[in-house]
Amino acid sequence: MRSPSPIRAAFRQALAEAWAGGAGALLPIGFFAGAAMLVPFTVGSEANQLAAIGTGVLWVALALASLVSMERLFQADLEDGTLELWAQEDCPLFLIATAKILAHWTVSGLPLVLLTPLIGITLQVPADQLLPAMLAYGLGGLAFFFWGGVAGALAASVPRGGLLIALLALPLFVPTAIFGALAAEPGAAGPNILFLAASTLFALAVAPFAASAALRLAVD
Amino acid sequence: MTDGLLIEADGLGAVRGERMLFSGIHLTLRPGEALVLRGPNGSGKSTLLRLLAGLSQPSVGEVVRSRPHHWLGHRDGIKPHETPRQHLRHWGRAWGSQKKADEIAGHMGLERPMDVPGRLLSAGQRRRTALGRLLLVDRPIWLLDEPFNALDADGRTLLTELIASHRESGGGIIAALHGDAPFKASREVVL
Repeated sequence: MRSPSPIRAAFRQALAEAWAGGAGALLPIGFFAGAAMLVPFTVGSEANQLAAIGTGVLWVALALASLVSMERLFQADLEDGTLELWAQEDCPLFLIATAKILAHWTVSGLPLVLLTPLIGITLQVPADQLLPAMLAYGLGGLAFFFWGGVAGALAASVPRGGLLIALLALPLFVPTAIFGALAAEPGAAGPNILFLAASTLFALAVAPFAASAALRLAVD
Repeated sequence: MTDGLLIEADGLGAVRGERMLFSGIHLTLRPGEALVLRGPNGSGKSTLLRLLAGLSQPSVGEVVRSRPHHWLGHRDGIKPHETPRQHLRHWGRAWGSQKKADEIAGHMGLERPMDVPGRLLSAGQRRRTALGRLLLVDRPIWLLDEPFNALDADGRTLLTELIASHRESGGGIIAALHGDAPFKASREVVL
């Protein structure tokens, strides 16, 4: 095993880039909050109705918000030549891709999860459900970001590939969304949260290799 | 098979779309040598360099690199928010360099724009920053795509000196160039 310094360097660079891009890192958070806030206006503010759909709405908003700034994650590296340098490292490209996705998740994904209880309250999600649901959103969000990373890598060489990313990533979100929604239901967590965790582990295991293969194609 | 060869490429050919870009390229690079790739625009100089760097796979033939290499493509690899100081520190960390980024930046004549973000640097300043990368760690092979582009007279002299001292210390260089080579080339490969 070689020294992990290229991985650390890639992580740091991605963090710095996220914060440097004119608060681009905050876009998913704004999108998430904005989309969830529209729901009481569109379906009515009746508490029972909102409580019934609240957790589901949060899943949809989380899934979409996780794709918001995915377009630039690898595309910027391709355009400025950084990807060429990473592709020639001894350090495997899938580890670099993982570092970049994790950095993006730290800046944009983790805040979404931390925000879910707050938005959950406004959607009348019962208070005792908020924290267990947060665990589910944390696991699911991580899977969304890794699948989104694969889509971002595939679309890296496509100009304005944002829509393509959504088309590629959303089908991959389905298992996570199914188990996630079940796990967030009151009293039904048990085995469903384990299935959700399994689907996240699957994403963590597969997505880095898929993303790195896509990046090799993009850089060729 | 590598008896002192830094790079050996045998029967290289590349196809772009439906067109044969080049074929039957055989080249070797030994320590101290500088190879110059020549050819009109679109003849495949950059493609050949990318094959040698392992960025693309050749349609036919094979490339054997026996030592680590540095790459300088036509894109400098500098982030819009990154200053020359940050850029050199970043790659210094990634490569485990013992050298001081500030000293290298000084050597490359980047004292003034040391803390200017990449998007505000001139093309020549970006190129100097990218060339500074080559000094972070010793790698015997330098693959350079039009390295003199965007450099002023001063910068050209500086790069010529870097190339000379790299060759003296046993390194090899393959560079795609148009125009006169400011250094003495060991061989030319015409595409």
